[in-house]
Amino acid sequence: MNTSRIEITRYPIVKKILTSRWLQWSAIALTLPFFILAILAGFFGTPAGNRNFGIVFVWIVWWGALILLLLPFAGRLWCAICPIPAPGEWLQRRALVQPRAGGKLYTLGWKWHRKLKNIWLQNFSFLAVALFSVVILTTPLVSSIVLALFALIALAMSLVYERRAFCRYLCPVGGFIGLYSQLAPIELRVKDHAVCASHKDKTCYVGSDAGYGCPWLVFPGALDKNTYCGLCTECLKTCPLDNVALYARPFGADLFSNTGRRLDEAYKAFIMLTCALAYSIVLISPWSILKETAYAVGSPGWWVYAVAFLAANLVIVPGIFYAGVTLAKKIARLTTPTKKLFVEFAYALVPLGLAAWIAFSVSFVLINFSYAWQVVSDPFGWGWNLFGTADWEWTPYFAGAQAFAQIPILLIGLVAAIGIAIRTAQEQGASSRTALPVIAFCVAYTLALIWLYV
Amino acid sequence: MEVGNWLVPSLGFDRRQISIAAITGLLVLAALLIPLPLTTYQLQNHSITLNARTFAYEPATMRVQRGDTITLKLESLDAAHGLAIDGYPVDLRAEPGKSATITFVADREGKFALRCSVSCGALHPFMIGELIVEPELPRVRAMLVTLVTAFGAVMFFWSKT
Ligand code: SF4
Ligand SMILES: [Cu+2]
Repeated sequence: MNTSRIEITRYPIVKKILTSRWLQWSAIALTLPFFILAILAGFFGTPAGNRNFGIVFVWIVWWGALILLLLPFAGRLWCAICPIPAPGEWLQRRALVQPRAGGKLYTLGWKWHRKLKNIWLQNFSFLAVALFSVVILTTPLVSSIVLALFALIALAMSLVYERRAFCRYLCPVGGFIGLYSQLAPIELRVKDHAVCASHKDKTCYVGSDAGYGCPWLVFPGALDKNTYCGLCTECLKTCPLDNVALYARPFGADLFSNTGRRLDEAYKAFIMLTCALAYSIVLISPWSILKETAYAVGSPGWWVYAVAFLAANLVIVPGIFYAGVTLAKKIARLTTPTKKLFVEFAYALVPLGLAAWIAFSVSFVLINFSYAWQVVSDPFGWGWNLFGTADWEWTPYFAGAQAFAQIPILLIGLVAAIGIAIRTAQEQGASSRTALPVIAFCVAYTLALIWLYV
Repeated sequence: MEVGNWLVPSLGFDRRQISIAAITGLLVLAALLIPLPLTTYQLQNHSITLNARTFAYEPATMRVQRGDTITLKLESLDAAHGLAIDGYPVDLRAEPGKSATITFVADREGKFALRCSVSCGALHPFMIGELIVEPELPRVRAMLVTLVTAFGAVMFFWSKT
């Protein structure tokens, strides 16, 4: 399957950098101050969102970098440099850079509940944020409360639970980063599974003087998808047999194997797909009534919006897809349970969903990027002018040209979705035409977005 | 290592697929470039008063034909608002009682967002309207390209087994 991958860690210099204990620490030492400034700006700065460092840096600069660059090209790389879990992780380790003997962790070491070892909580935490997103995206104080809450929950959880339980099971961002990291052209894997099988100590999972046992509760030897690997590089540091490597690989390689497809992940795909469409309708359309209703939390109209939003995410869109899969099953006269087919085919929505999010983000990230120059000089909106850029005017970059990026991106996502749908049909022992209802769903979705954007 | 394997691992490209990709590419080009039949049309002058309020324009959608001349008067009903139109050199600013006017020719067809250029509150970055310059060929072509690409992709990945 992965005949065409290149081992990046083969180069001594890369290996040296990646196994340096300073690497992750210095990256977080860079992102954490920005994170703190963003929170402070939200609490103490101007309530005008586009003049506030908190809003502009989190929802335009960070969001743009995450969706347009980090996620498609480097998968979970963000998780390796994310400031949110850092304070908790440092406390848990009682160390910043060099680990204590044996990679010992100081936590009550509670185990995460067996029934919650999936991403359902992440599905719901994302939906909870998404439901209020029009307020969160535009109101500095609310945005900061949410970010501070994330950091506090992450901190509390690392004192109580083992390792990065927050990242793995609760973080609303982590869920979709994991899902879409399957598309990235990099992967961390063991070189030889046989070596892991015969290595009794499993140092990469338990930790050693060189580093910590996998913070993500993943056994690297069993890793076959990017979804839950946070690219923290601990296992590169701890493996005594030099059996772990970082590879460059084809885009989307994880989706060419259908092992371990699950309902919780499938639902993540639906939620992301639905939200990209919902935001395109609510936020960037000319129908102001929708954004005003979504903003007026608690009003009667908002309740209608909330019910419609949740129903679309959890029932309507998955329901339409389910109907399509039922039809596919009829076409192929398959005996596979419909629910299983539903899960299998849902993975075709992974590339389409990421493409939709990129296209949606293209429609506002560059348009509003110039606010970044203002808030860099005047983060709180107090009239500072640190770098002389505080009164640079709003300039919508590439205004009117977004479609030239949006359409090709959506089409790449659609082609990939069609490829995976047909492949999934074949994996189920069915003919290609079994995939047609799923393909029709993907085409209809793409047309809807293009109709909104062009 | 083939380039094709990087894009579509483990499938490889056979001759049939290369032809399908090439034909799809040509059809996409055709969908983008072929002149579409247009009805002839009498050019008009439009005088439009655009009311701005936090966070919307009224009318939210303006519809004209390509080549029409638009005289746009931006009036603000509450705070200071601005108006920029994607792809058009429009830059207005109005306050209650102080309107602004611009006249321009709608020479680019398609859909263009109206955006408020003066910070006016929470939803300001999403204060959006639209100018539709008919015929909406870009939309028609984009949809055609989507259908052609989808059809090509289905053929490309299709297998008889
Ligand atoms: S597999 Fe390795 S890099 Fe990935 S999370 Fe675990 S220890 Fe970190
Ligand atoms: Cu305004």
